[in-house]
Amino acid sequence: MDWMAWTWPTAAFFATIAALLVVFTVLAIRFPETPRMGVLRIETTRGDRLFITLLGSAFINLAWLGLVGQAQPAALIVCLIYAGAVFRWV
Amino acid sequence: MNKTVNHKAWFLVLPVLVLVAFSAVIPLMTVVNYSVQDTFGNNQFFWAGLEWFEEMLHDDRMWNALQRQLMFSGIILAIEVPLGIFVALNMPKSGLWASFCLVLMSLPLLIPWNVVGTIWQVFGRVDIGLLGHTLEALGIDYNYTQNTVAAWITIVVMDVWHWTSLVALLAYAGLKSIPDAYYQAAKIDQASRWKVFRYIELPKMAGVLMIAILLRFMDSFMIYTEPFVVTGGGPGNATTLLSIDLVKMALGQFDLGPAAAFSIMYFLVILLISWVFYTIMTNLDKKGM
Repeated sequence: MDWMAWTWPTAAFFATIAALLVVFTVLAIRFPETPRMGVLRIETTRGDRLFITLLGSAFINLAWLGLVGQAQPAALIVCLIYAGAVFRWV
Repeated sequence: MNKTVNHKAWFLVLPVLVLVAFSAVIPLMTVVNYSVQDTFGNNQFFWAGLEWFEEMLHDDRMWNALQRQLMFSGIILAIEVPLGIFVALNMPKSGLWASFCLVLMSLPLLIPWNVVGTIWQVFGRVDIGLLGHTLEALGIDYNYTQNTVAAWITIVVMDVWHWTSLVALLAYAGLKSIPDAYYQAAKIDQASRWKVFRYIELPKMAGVLMIAILLRFMDSFMIYTEPFVVTGGGPGNATTLLSIDLVKMALGQFDLGPAAAFSIMYFLVILLISWVFYTIMTNLDKKGM
């Protein structure tokens, strides 16, 4: 695995995403849901909203890095607010 | 009645999962690992944090390449989609000519990218190429190795030549699936040719056209071989599109960290655009188009 140049932060990053995927898969099996129509006028399930959250969070972090600089904890707070909004209204 | 629950089907998708893991997920994870480190080779890495991302976000080089890339994709879509529809509308619908046209249209799609690049590189040369020599004989200043406009025209025309067929074939398939009853109803209503196109053919083609636009956008957004063979990214950096710039950075300069940060941002843009197209397509499907 040396060639993959693993570091603890990147391992933690991927572990978090993997854990999220597992949790949402279990949720989808245990508590199936019907897609709903949100503010984007598209039908979304929990999985779709997770995808929108993760992708949007990546862009929020990049925008923060470009405009504010390396202050990622603050960007993560914005991401959490964004995630809440996505799960509530999208 | 109770449905039989059987999870054996999951084993059937296992080979695909393994393939995707080795061809996409593991390389992507490695790129993420590289993007937060610096290396001078010899498999030694030094932690750099988010430095490369910050550097790339403030680097004009990436933004300029992105601008050129969006311009390229925009231009070829604006030409290939209407042209492909026009060709499809004028192709014979049945008989020997229809088969002949289909084979003819498929030919450019069968040619490998580097061969297409070589064809156009020779074709456009002023000294030995038919196109370049003819244009020069007509008194038109055309030299794709020195003139930015000529270089852009060459790579755009090359892409249009190579890929319009794909749009045309998809649009043709969409047109063929329209039942005759629609045309008969339009004829009874004395609808004009434009109205038949606008209210019957175009809505019925919407689904396949979205696929065509998605395929052409993605492919043009990732284009490397053809412009690299023809112009090598020049003159200067005039035709250095995103992937050409990325390869120059990663393999030419061996700046693996910045190149990894660059490729992750490139990947995120592609992912976002693919998701938008996918959402539009599934919504069209739900509307039965």
